Amino acid sequence: MGYPHTSHPKETPVLSQYFGDPGARSLDGWKQRGGYRALEKALGMSPADIVNEVKESGLRGRGGAGFPTGVKWSFMKPGDGKPHYLCVNADESEPGTFKDREIMRWTPHALIEGAAIGAYAIGAETCYIYIRGEFTEPLRVMNAAVKEAYAAGVIGPNAMGTGKRIDVHVHKGAGAYICGEETALMNSLEGKRGNPRIKPPFPAVAGLFGKPTTINNVETLAAVPHILNRGAAWYKGMSRGNPKSTGTKLFSVCGNVAKPGNYEVEMGFPFKEFLYELCGGPLPGRRFKAIIPGGSSVPIQTVEEAEATVMDYEGFIAQGTMLGSGGVIVFDDSQCMVKHIARLARFYAHESCAQCTQCREGTAWTTRILERIERGHGTMADLDTLLELADQMTGKTICVLSDSCAAPIVSGIKKFRSEFEAHITGKRCPMGATAAA
Amino acid sequence: MGGGHAPGDTSHGDRGHAHHDAPYEPVFVGAVKDELTEILGRYPTKMAALLPALWIVQRERGWVSDSAMAEVAQLLDLTPAYVKGVVTFYTMYHQHPVGKYFVQVCTTSPCGACGAEKVVEAFLKHTGCGELGATSPDGRYTVIEVECLGACGFATPVMINEEFIESVTADKVPELLTQLP
Amino acid sequence: MADVQLVNLTIEGRQVSVPAGTSILEAAKAAGVLIPHYCYHPSLSIAGNCRMCQVEVEKLPKLAPACATAVAEGQVVHVYSERALEARKGVLEFLLLNHPLDCPICDQSGECELQDYTYREGRAEGRSQEPKRFNPVEDFGGDVLYVTNRCILCTRCVRFMDEVAKDTVLNVSERGDRAVIGKFEGKDLTHPWASNVVDLCPVGALLSKDFLNKARAWELDRTPSICPNCTQGCNTILETRDNVVVRMRPRTNSEVNRYFLCDEGRLDYRWMNRTDRVEAPLVRRGDRLVAVDWEEALKAAALHLNGKRAFVLASPKLSNESLWMLSRLVEKTGGRGAFRVAHGPEAPLPGVPDLALRAERAPNVRAAELFGFTKSDTPLSALGSDDVLVIADHELAPADAEAVQRAASVIVIGTTLPEAARHALVVLPATNVAEEEGTFTNLRGRVQRYLQARSAPGMARPVWWSTGDLLAFLGERAGYFLASEAFAALAAARPEYAGMSYDTLGLKGQLLAGAAAPAEAARS
Repeated sequence: MGYPHTSHPKETPVLSQYFGDPGARSLDGWKQRGGYRALEKALGMSPADIVNEVKESGLRGRGGAGFPTGVKWSFMKPGDGKPHYLCVNADESEPGTFKDREIMRWTPHALIEGAAIGAYAIGAETCYIYIRGEFTEPLRVMNAAVKEAYAAGVIGPNAMGTGKRIDVHVHKGAGAYICGEETALMNSLEGKRGNPRIKPPFPAVAGLFGKPTTINNVETLAAVPHILNRGAAWYKGMSRGNPKSTGTKLFSVCGNVAKPGNYEVEMGFPFKEFLYELCGGPLPGRRFKAIIPGGSSVPIQTVEEAEATVMDYEGFIAQGTMLGSGGVIVFDDSQCMVKHIARLARFYAHESCAQCTQCREGTAWTTRILERIERGHGTMADLDTLLELADQMTGKTICVLSDSCAAPIVSGIKKFRSEFEAHITGKRCPMGATAAA
Repeated sequence: MGGGHAPGDTSHGDRGHAHHDAPYEPVFVGAVKDELTEILGRYPTKMAALLPALWIVQRERGWVSDSAMAEVAQLLDLTPAYVKGVVTFYTMYHQHPVGKYFVQVCTTSPCGACGAEKVVEAFLKHTGCGELGATSPDGRYTVIEVECLGACGFATPVMINEEFIESVTADKVPELLTQLP
Repeated sequence: MADVQLVNLTIEGRQVSVPAGTSILEAAKAAGVLIPHYCYHPSLSIAGNCRMCQVEVEKLPKLAPACATAVAEGQVVHVYSERALEARKGVLEFLLLNHPLDCPICDQSGECELQDYTYREGRAEGRSQEPKRFNPVEDFGGDVLYVTNRCILCTRCVRFMDEVAKDTVLNVSERGDRAVIGKFEGKDLTHPWASNVVDLCPVGALLSKDFLNKARAWELDRTPSICPNCTQGCNTILETRDNVVVRMRPRTNSEVNRYFLCDEGRLDYRWMNRTDRVEAPLVRRGDRLVAVDWEEALKAAALHLNGKRAFVLASPKLSNESLWMLSRLVEKTGGRGAFRVAHGPEAPLPGVPDLALRAERAPNVRAAELFGFTKSDTPLSALGSDDVLVIADHELAPADAEAVQRAASVIVIGTTLPEAARHALVVLPATNVAEEEGTFTNLRGRVQRYLQARSAPGMARPVWWSTGDLLAFLGERAGYFLASEAFAALAAARPEYAGMSYDTLGLKGQLLAGAAAPAEAARS
């Protein structure tokens, strides 16, 4: 449901059903709404059966990469004698994305339940929920919910009275976008700088504290109880487009749009209908100009491309971009694309962990070039340099932060080249956003 | 605001530039020490308690001084240089004292498209800070721009200490400030 | 080790077989191909951050970092493909983006990997028009300066201090392009092995204060040597400019010091350049010492020794050859030998087994003892009043002065003439470690060669030479022209050294018969 708006009839609220309902926050309230039935059921199943059910549902990671969740869980070898860990990635920091925040604010027990099921399924007795430090309210709510769940014996040394140990700890981040990258998150949790790690080894082999680890996004785990309650077939049935994309997806919508907020639709929902009907279209007197559909790290779409897109993993790729985290950023015709692309580059330059040369230097250099163009001091040669630097920054580093910086630059120059050229030839921002110095 | 531990609380040892000569009072004594002990129980390594320990320091002192880093290092069997490397990686740990109200305005693109720059200007003007990162002459405010706060649908989100305020516009800023105690 | 699985691959058209788990970078080394790199160092964990070692591996969609990619059977690796070269060119441009390009005033110039690879694979000109980031030079304490603007953040220094020295005083501070190598106020690079970060730094960011502005790298002559400052026997390179030793750096020897050299060892070389040297043979004429030729001086010495017992005070800094020859003088005259060794605190390098700055601050204590010299804090206590005291480059402490007076007569074979031995009847000028060829035996019994790095002053000769000639005057067959001949004679005479020669020693040395390899000792 389009919190803070009322649910649109074309939405399919599963995860977002209780957004805005303070009654769902407490353990009792959550149980009254059907909560913890799935955990009870899961603890009576074998871990392998849970993994199979999740595999069968077609659930894929909602954090950005879209890896099949059941397959990821199956990498965790039971009985290897090592401690296993589940990490919940609640470091939601991708510009344009604010769905996990709402899940944690309104339905904290949905996450605890999903995480407990996940932990049991992968043979982990300990689960860490890594929440970004800026999420003060979600942190408060999650901490209270975890405390409540321990007190009620839902989790802890004897989870749901089954004799199984499932510890859940909330870990507070401290301001670093890169900690949303899974291995950076593990380093951060271990008390280190949030530097992404070289892979291999993959987390399932050597992750948190060097032990087999699975890391899942909040939204992914929150979907798991529903799958166990209502069956894989039900979940798989929610797919209007490609059968490889199943279930519902929360899309966060922001920027120059009439009704920003979170919307939950079935995979394969038409993007045009989504933008104009659910989100209310552009602001009065404005027209959409550009859409970044999957968080700031994915290529920018023109309105035409967006309107032709089917909202699932494959559908976004078919239109030259990615579903990513489902953070839809909308820019209308009042906005200067050069300014926004420069601002996004600045974001990545600020967040680069400083390990890889191309990222550390490239994000900062492209930012300076873009800001110079925006000020009206650019040259046509700068555009070629930018594209070449973007190429040097793509596919050559430990993680994809550098690629993420390059994506909007490349797609921006390709699709909105005239705006760049207007800044260069006119020696000022034609939108009047910045006067020539 | 943020429970009973607003960063403006000046009752502790190393807050503010004026106290550099005063002997360092350890943060981790009594109940605070017990709190850290409880946290250590959650992790298989001491190092993993570093971020939580630094959060405790900031809650207790308002910022993380070099002396506090050294104290944390000793408690967790780390070196002060290691701790400093970690502290400087994360943007939320204050390495210098800040105003009683630490104002963070999101200015990343989605909020930028919705007027975040004007919100920043309004805060700078009405707090008397003048420039980003500076503390107002009365010590009440420090205003900074912050990267994506993860509330893009509620542009422009602003954090004042622990309080998260959604949908702030430039015209709402003066009233917001007068509501602060 | 017998069941190690070998993997076959092709690197730049060369077939190579290496143990499974080897990185492409190391496999390439084995094949004789150098893959450019900065952050990788064999003694440190893999950081994979510089991205310089990117190579093209057939069938892999992306370029592979050679340091962090394991070999696989049948792999075909292209180091110089267009894609790989293009990627490395990109890395180099990024690394130089904020670099001050101050090679003309940089100590690293000429031995700088940033310079080398830029010449080889980089752009002729950078394209950036943006202002460069600036940071001031920092004094990191110890002997180390940090020129921030030249740093490429490869983190070798941070990893060395953390993983090898196990004293985490360096960190990466801040992030993004604001990142720098940092330290904590008041905690300096004072670890006894800290200066290795200067060697490890592939660029001119970490500099030795001692070497600052002393010489350009291309002006230096480099000679393999052994550190003479403790019993560990670290392999070194002595660097001279115009016959002056200006720097001592570690030379790789996996059995002794790997890649490292301690600060005390490396910085204690100035004495090799002393100018207050005895440069000619001297004999006493009345109350004066007069310069004469070698034959006259040797004859005079032989005359004084004839029929007397020699008490040889031999420095444990002398070579195997010299100590052995002196031991023959002791034997010939029925005398005695003794020495004192200076002590200091032992300082291990925790990350390397059996590597330390040893408490005994001389290179050849083992051989001195082996050849019958008695180690004592009061080495002259047994000196008899009929003895001829032969001081072989041994330092005299204030407490020794009185004992020296007790001797019937004094002969000095030395680099300098100690104040307390001014009354010597004969003084034979000696070379120091930098001025001669020779061998030392380290505390684990490894016999290692050092080569001559600078010319000897005046008429100075190695102690084995003058002592051999002296023995010849006393009727022994002991004249040798070359250090290798003296060593061959030693090897023939002493069973511990049996079978050794300068050829078999090479530049890595050999263990005495019966001595266990330290690496093996550490492993068991």
